[in-house]
Amino acid sequence: MNDDKLIIGGKEFTSRFILGSGKYSIKLIEAAVKDAGAQMVTVAVRRANTTEKENILDYIPKEVTLIPNTSGARTAEEAIRIARLARELGCGDFVKIEIMKDTKYLLPDNYETIKATEKLANEGFVVMPYMYPDLNVARSLKDAGAATIMPLAAPIGSNCGLATKNFIQILIDEIDLPIIVDAGIGKPSQACEAMEMGAAAIMANTALATAGDLTLMASAFKDAINAGRKAYLSGLGRVLTRGASASDPLTGFLRD
Amino acid sequence: MENNYFIDSEFLSKEALERKHRLENDPASRTNHMEYMEGMEKIDSDICPKVISQMDSYDYKKYTAKDVRAALEHETCTIEDFKALLSPAAEPFLEKMAERARLETSKHFGNTVYIFTPLYIANYCENYCVYCGFNCYNHIRRMKLNMEQIEHEMKVIAESGMEEILILTGESRAQSDVKYIGEACKLARKYFRLVGLEVYPVNTDEYKYLHECGADYVTVFQETYDREKYEKLHLMGHKRVWPYRFDSQERALMGGMRGVAFSALLGLSDFRKDALASALHVYYLQRKYPHAEMSLSCPRLRPIINNEKIDPLDVHEKQLCQVLCAYRIFLPFVGITVSSRESARFRNGIVKIAATKVSAGVSTGIGDHESKYEGKESDKVGDEQFEIEDSRSLKSMYDDISGEGLQPVLNDYLYV
Repeated sequence: MNDDKLIIGGKEFTSRFILGSGKYSIKLIEAAVKDAGAQMVTVAVRRANTTEKENILDYIPKEVTLIPNTSGARTAEEAIRIARLARELGCGDFVKIEIMKDTKYLLPDNYETIKATEKLANEGFVVMPYMYPDLNVARSLKDAGAATIMPLAAPIGSNCGLATKNFIQILIDEIDLPIIVDAGIGKPSQACEAMEMGAAAIMANTALATAGDLTLMASAFKDAINAGRKAYLSGLGRVLTRGASASDPLTGFLRD
Repeated sequence: MENNYFIDSEFLSKEALERKHRLENDPASRTNHMEYMEGMEKIDSDICPKVISQMDSYDYKKYTAKDVRAALEHETCTIEDFKALLSPAAEPFLEKMAERARLETSKHFGNTVYIFTPLYIANYCENYCVYCGFNCYNHIRRMKLNMEQIEHEMKVIAESGMEEILILTGESRAQSDVKYIGEACKLARKYFRLVGLEVYPVNTDEYKYLHECGADYVTVFQETYDREKYEKLHLMGHKRVWPYRFDSQERALMGGMRGVAFSALLGLSDFRKDALASALHVYYLQRKYPHAEMSLSCPRLRPIINNEKIDPLDVHEKQLCQVLCAYRIFLPFVGITVSSRESARFRNGIVKIAATKVSAGVSTGIGDHESKYEGKESDKVGDEQFEIEDSRSLKSMYDDISGEGLQPVLNDYLYV
């Protein structure tokens, strides 16, 4: 377990929990990071772009890798501009691409996301695209230079869990990049399930923000993600979906 | 009730008084409020008929407790569910509605509450809207700030820490033309992260120009969606043209604005129908322009200068809260702004349930931020549009929001 590392953009992480930061008080970020054991935190560039006395960036612990996101972008072009601004603000080279043309469901626009990924990867960014789980798009993102693929489990903020489970499984099986399940995970048990499936990491924000005790929930997620990871690494035991297994093998009649 | 609005200023000439009385008493002396005036752009849109047919057929008396319970149990709130939630039958369910609304708010906005401030740069008006303190027959101190004065006001506001500003004018094209407003937007972009506009409706190309000048959010209040009532309240001026006003938000989006805001002035007409129409205006426009950001406000009529007789009590706090909860459950993704016309107590409570945006450091007068923010007295100020209830400064609003366990946010915006 100790040498089980998640590598993104050449950087090694021992934690597989990525924390969102936008939906709860910034003063709680430090405690949440600590209790979640998170080594990566996402921040909306549009929130960090402030003269406010309390800048969200000041509350991100120094040892944590900052992942600025491009929320608010409606096109590839806008996402690219936001990513460049993030770099200017000193947020490093990691960027999570979020492109939404829909303010109601905030579903990502896969086509624009491919365009932005290609451009930003060429500019040396470590690109982590948020996407709707579509195998062809995931392949295109990989070809475009994405460092990870971040499919959504369910609409963002919905806490619905793994609504797109089967399609995420296909990405895990077919794409040779870390698959990070993002958006829609509402409970630790759902995070655990995604990890058992072979997801590389889990990203959550609303699940914590809407919990009764944010930091306690952060540590619950940490435990669930670790449990799921261990189960995946150990090789899941047999689970029968229906009936029992015949004690006499069906092929027992074969002789030579 | 309408006559309660009419106030005759002693400063009006005999001719002006005669004209005013004729407009008030003789409907035939008034122009057709459904007819576009010269220069007003007519766009091809299907939004208005959809909203109006729903509103006209809305009979809120037919909804029962059973409909309300069903609406609260449904995962997705349909238009029918929303109608039930706005009905009198939903009043006993206010606490349940608030619980559901709070959940939806936290799913979409977490615990964030945005703070902004309005800046009135002129109060000249060419319209006779009988309920408004700025109306052209009302004797108030008129004022229009020049660019130097605007910049001074903006500096004072920006120094308080504010990052979002909403620029307002009275509705006078002659006194405050599009160029003047555009210049104010350019100045505002120097000091603020987001510039919104609440000015008279303009054409698509003018919205495009204002967008290029730095405005990215347009607020137009329809006042009332009840066209007959509208005709009786807006007696003169370009604002009298109801359909041109209705399509303002769509023209603003066509002109490239990122977001638009809506509202009826609750209490002018049947507030349940107006609330339904306001929300459906958002609903249908969002389906047509899914990328646009939308928000709703919820002003109630409050006392205005020279007119203390208006009784806005048909929308009590309970009803207002019901409307806001219903908005939130039906449109979980829209911003909801609660104005400083409401008390600090109401605003503190409603941000925990449904509202996502509040104003602070508000003055509805002209050119008086320095006196209000820093206590400097000046007699060169324009009169206020209405009295405010919640006069908290940015700092005290910020501290109060934090104290409630919520997260005050001054900016969540990027020009891209």
